[in-house]
Amino acid sequence: MKLVEEFEAGLDAPICITWELTYACNLACVHCLSSSGRRDPRELTTAEAKGVISELERMQVFYVNIGGGEPTVRRDFWELLDHAAEHHVGVKFSTNGSRIDAEAAARLAASDYVDVQVSIDGATAAVNDAVRGPGSFDTALGALERLAAAGFEKPKISVVVTRHNAGQLDDFKAIADTYGAQLRITRLRPSGRGADVWDELHPTAAQQRSLYMWLLEHGEEVLTGDSFFHLSAYGEALPGLNLCGAGRVVCLIDPVGDVYACPFAIHEEFLAGNVREPRGFEGVWRDSELFTELRRPQSGGACESCGHYDACRGGCMAAKFFTGLPLDGPDPECALGHGEGLLAARGEEVAIPAPAVDHSRVRPSRLREGSPARPPAKVCDEDPLADFLATDGPARAAAEV
Amino acid sequence: MSAEIALDGHWRLHPQVALRPERFGALAYHFGTRRLSFLKSLRLLAVVEGLEAAPDPLAACRAAGVAEAELPGYRAALATLAETGMIVPGCGDLLPDGGSNAPRGAAA
Repeated sequence: MKLVEEFEAGLDAPICITWELTYACNLACVHCLSSSGRRDPRELTTAEAKGVISELERMQVFYVNIGGGEPTVRRDFWELLDHAAEHHVGVKFSTNGSRIDAEAAARLAASDYVDVQVSIDGATAAVNDAVRGPGSFDTALGALERLAAAGFEKPKISVVVTRHNAGQLDDFKAIADTYGAQLRITRLRPSGRGADVWDELHPTAAQQRSLYMWLLEHGEEVLTGDSFFHLSAYGEALPGLNLCGAGRVVCLIDPVGDVYACPFAIHEEFLAGNVREPRGFEGVWRDSELFTELRRPQSGGACESCGHYDACRGGCMAAKFFTGLPLDGPDPECALGHGEGLLAARGEEVAIPAPAVDHSRVRPSRLREGSPARPPAKVCDEDPLADFLATDGPARAAAEV
Repeated sequence: MSAEIALDGHWRLHPQVALRPERFGALAYHFGTRRLSFLKSLRLLAVVEGLEAAPDPLAACRAAGVAEAELPGYRAALATLAETGMIVPGCGDLLPDGGSNAPRGAAA
């Protein structure tokens, strides 16, 4: 069996997970995929979170992508980080940078087990702040400066690609180079508050094509979390595994312990269980009805007759779901344009699923007025799948996370 | 690939690398470089696990039952693991980081 087929059939433990530690956030990014803002009073306690870490250690889940919300606002954030390191669970956490002061930067620089990912969604303050809020660009760059000053090696700069920043890829790369960071770009999903702004913010077809060409050129130096595998249908496959790992090799644990198939699918339709159940996270991962179903062979539906199906595998489940498209058909951003037609043909009768969980302080969110450009981004733009780099030989497909 | 890496002498898993056995082989994760690799067969896993006890990688391959005709493929796989720092030359008593940070499954 090919490796991809092994992964589609599911593993006994995830390759990595995304863990949103809190819904609390001091920003209110317009495209936040977890609709974060207010803390949920049912949030996992410190003891419960440590219990999850013990399970991850036992299952040999080597690393977690921690996000939120803004994870650093949890009072026990550093305690949990230390606990994970002591239990051999590597952490990469996403942050807007607001709490990365000199002391935090020094502490991070001293740990082998922790990686940091600072989010910006524009290469200029104007483009970034329109999505992430006034001052958020300077805040993020300040954090990167302090990390560099403390000797933290190679943090990540995480960018969600939008219609307004798609032309800034070289500029993002330059910013990353300035701070000794590595650029990571991921796909805008119509998830959470992203559903409110997706129509106006998702890249145009021409921008997608340019993005694809740019990724072919820079694929080895830029991380993508395998986020753009739907673009492989343009021709040559992008570096990575090119499959939807939801419930098969990745999943999301949300702040109250709910386990979803992927970070972009916070909706009861994709809810597998909760870590507080007696069977724990491990039981949910291994035995939940939803994950068992996702690991069965899936129908490509309308896509199966397409010559590019092997390349894109029908694209992103969450992107289809939250735009009201059938799950066994084309991705809304199908490289061949099949999604556009379906989006245009959606009638009034098509109910677009609303986010089931919303901790926004204000909704509906709208792009900030008076800004010259209007893109989206979010602190927890974590793609669950590792950033895969294909190599040859039986040890193929290495990934740096 | 990487013919310049000499796979002679004693090799072992990097002390910061952990292995997780899977149906198809194993996941290998390096806590220092944060790199994940897939060992794509159970036999390659056996070879990697046998490095520590073998005088050289070729002996580890033979001990794991790798056929002569398959040796070049396994050599290439080990070279990839060497290039990415997953396996390193030397003996276990030279561990640079064998303290409390050493992950389970690392070179024992």
